[in-house]
Amino acid sequence: MEIQLIGITVLWIFLYGYLIVASIDFGAGFFAYYGTITKKDHIINNIISRYLSPVWEVTNVFFVFFFVGLVGFFPSTAYYYGTALLVPGSIALVLLTIRGSFYAFGNYGAKESHLYTFLYGATGLLIPASLSTALTISEGGFITVENDSVVFLVDELFTSFYSWSVVFLAIVSVLYISAMFLSFYASKAKDTQALALLRKFALFWSPPTILASFLVFLALRNHNIEHFNRMLDYSYLFILSFICFNIAVWFVYHNKRYGTAFIFVMLQFFFAFFGYGASHLPYILYPYITIDTGFTNETMGVALVIAFIAGLLLLIPSLILLMRMFLFDAKYVEGTRDSR
Amino acid sequence: MPELDSAMLSRLLTSMTLGFHIIFATLGVGVPLLISGAEWIGIRRNDEHYRLLARRWTRGFVVTVAVGVVTGTCIGLQLSLLWPSFMEVAGQVIGLPLFLETFAFFFEAIFLGIYLYTWDRFKNPYYHWLLSVPVVIGSTLSAFFISTVNAFMNSPKGFKLENGQITEIQPLIAMFNPATPTKASHVISSAYLTSAFVLAALTAFLILKKGQSAYYKKALHFTMVTAFVFAISTAVIGDFSGKYLAEYQPEKLAAAEWHFETEKGADLIVGGVLDENNEVKYGLRLPNFLSILAHGDPNAEVTGLEEFPEDEWAPLFIHYLFDAMVGIGMFLAALSTAYLILSKWKKEWSLSKLFLWAIIISGPLAMLAIEFGWIFSEVGRQPWILWHVMETKDGATTSEHVGSMFILFFALYVVLGWICTIVLLKMFRNNPVETEFEEQLDR
Ligand code: HDD
Ligand code: HEM
Ligand code: HEM
Repeated sequence: MEIQLIGITVLWIFLYGYLIVASIDFGAGFFAYYGTITKKDHIINNIISRYLSPVWEVTNVFFVFFFVGLVGFFPSTAYYYGTALLVPGSIALVLLTIRGSFYAFGNYGAKESHLYTFLYGATGLLIPASLSTALTISEGGFITVENDSVVFLVDELFTSFYSWSVVFLAIVSVLYISAMFLSFYASKAKDTQALALLRKFALFWSPPTILASFLVFLALRNHNIEHFNRMLDYSYLFILSFICFNIAVWFVYHNKRYGTAFIFVMLQFFFAFFGYGASHLPYILYPYITIDTGFTNETMGVALVIAFIAGLLLLIPSLILLMRMFLFDAKYVEGTRDSR
Repeated sequence: MPELDSAMLSRLLTSMTLGFHIIFATLGVGVPLLISGAEWIGIRRNDEHYRLLARRWTRGFVVTVAVGVVTGTCIGLQLSLLWPSFMEVAGQVIGLPLFLETFAFFFEAIFLGIYLYTWDRFKNPYYHWLLSVPVVIGSTLSAFFISTVNAFMNSPKGFKLENGQITEIQPLIAMFNPATPTKASHVISSAYLTSAFVLAALTAFLILKKGQSAYYKKALHFTMVTAFVFAISTAVIGDFSGKYLAEYQPEKLAAAEWHFETEKGADLIVGGVLDENNEVKYGLRLPNFLSILAHGDPNAEVTGLEEFPEDEWAPLFIHYLFDAMVGIGMFLAALSTAYLILSKWKKEWSLSKLFLWAIIISGPLAMLAIEFGWIFSEVGRQPWILWHVMETKDGATTSEHVGSMFILFFALYVVLGWICTIVLLKMFRNNPVETEFEEQLDR
């Protein structure tokens, strides 16, 4: 495989990782808030905080890893995206900052506060919406270069059907992934009350997820027909994704094997995400940056890949340890361990 | 007065974010070392006081880490948003340590998560302590990696620039450039020092408020001894940093020392004011000290600013920042030495009101020294973003919206700093040591 391709694959894998772990986190924020206003917080909030407390910082690092890696492997993305996205990027940062810090303040510090929970819930939906526009922009048509300077066409973005369909997809899939995961966690904790509620959320959000995916397909056809046609070449991946979706929902509907169901949710997104990514190539930012023109030099590319492999050797055992402690440790999950 | 164009505003926004981040980052590097040390002593000596110390520090630490993480994410993305042209060039040469840094974060974050929620999970208490080691290593490594990036900006090596094209890139040479040894070690050592003094100041404050107890005395002793070790090492490495500057960035040193004419046996000027002819007034002159700082030899020749074009001089106010940093450094070293001596010979003096107050102010002072040191180092690099390769104004974004983003982030940091303080205060007030100690013994 060419080094460029390795680079983009590494980054895409991490973005996929972020998609899953961050969706769980973002959605959980929303459900926690929803639980509070509908007076059901005593049912689900324990489950949510038991899962989230040890891992929220790790979730954030996935994101940092992605953007630092992107600039490392493809420095010209810093130039185009950096210049164009100062305002939306800053707004996303402010949201992320509020979310992360208030989570910590609420959870480790002071007592529960309605304001903290609200901010935590609201940002959980706004952040995916704003981050997803970075992918929208990569389809081209929202950035132009005029006399050597990069211009971001905000009006285009706000009036584009494609852009809104992506936002819609981002929000509903966050809620779907999160509800699916939390159902699994609740079933593992043998918390039937929480499970009943979370299962309802999961089933509720599954039809919109598929609907939104179809919408995005349609909208992309109008927006970037070239990409749409390449996507058809990978249609088998999207079909696989759809099959996985059905299996996952089937399990949840029949109230069994939540763990397997969540694995199928991950596969569903894996196939769709990689189908989308593969057909996006060679462009990173249509039509300005491809993985060849935007690539850093060969030497740095090799150094980064070596660093990446060395890093993985360190990370994978640590992540496994983390999961064994908090995800696969029945006593911790059930909350019968004295944890603090 | 420089005009407020987008380059200037980008500089201001970068300084603000970094100036805010560094407070939490410094604690993020140093506090894990103290936590780990306290827990280790607690297990070894089977002393519940030390273990409680580790627990209580950890609880406050989680809150400061959270702010460190989110502000770090801000600066990480802002580097690309505000300095796109710089990152496009620098990314090709110095991307490696930036990338490595994220692995250090990962490592730290994973083990911090585990450490926080497994206090009573293991039969063998050393297992829990072992989990703190990767946190210490991870946070110190992240300070190391980011310092190499900054070192590279001061001393760009490991590439060739031909007609605007970068060639012959050597990532390891770029990373281990001549500025790296002093930069990274001074940053890490000063972070340990500052964290020790911040915790010592907290303890001293509680002793004054609540009276002496065995628990507080142990905390004070542990933090002050740590502070002593790193006060000495920070000053020694600081001296090496001066020698680095004399060799590789002589105009930065000359600007910091108001040293205009190249001469042998140069004097070190402390304080003072400059008149319109760049004559120093009212300053304290330490004979031959600048030659010693620069070359370790009282008669060595020190390059003066006259040898450089005036439009490449850094702003001369950095002199005060340098003096303040060194002054604080001397004070901290003296204070911690005095503590060591007193605690051997005159224990009650080391717990006297006056001495405790001196320790209390030393916490904020150490943090100020960090801020002064960084601003001195960063402003002293001007007008370069990459020393003698790229000027700051050429690296900046051309967007017109930097001003409003500055206001946005300013508001964000005010709110964040304010709430963080309230949360920390509340945490310690609602959870007095005495009751918690009993709880711990019951477990
Ligand atoms: C508690 C903090 C602290 C203390 C007590 C000192 N420093 Fe420092 N100093 C820093 C914290 C710091 C810093 C914040 O970490 C800097 C900013 C950039 C850097 O590399 O480290 C720094 C930079 C810095 C530089 C510039 C390096 C460069 O720009 O490349 C020099 C020459 C010194 N220091 C010298 C000293 C000396 C001679 C000290 C005598 C006691 C001293 N510092 C105490
Ligand atoms: C341009 C400069 C800097 C950038 C781009 C930067 C970037 C970051 C980022 C992205 C994070 C969040 C990581 C996460 O998600 O866990 C972070 C946190 C952190 N940074 Fe910085 N940083 C900078 C300067 C520094 C400096 C100078 C130090 C050390 C002296 C430092 C030490 C830390 C530490 C220890 C953390 C972990 C959070 C904590 O423990 O408080 N950073 N930084
Ligand atoms: C965390 C402690 C730091 C503080 C308090 C700090 C402070 C500052 C200040 C005051 C400036 C403005 C200088 C001027 O324009 O006159 C600045 C600029 C800058 N700093 Fe730092 N800095 C820190 C660390 C770093 C590190 C570790 C890096 C690199 C990775 C870095 C990268 C930059 C860049 C790219 C600029 C803008 C270009 C320039 O003004 O030269 N800083 N910083």
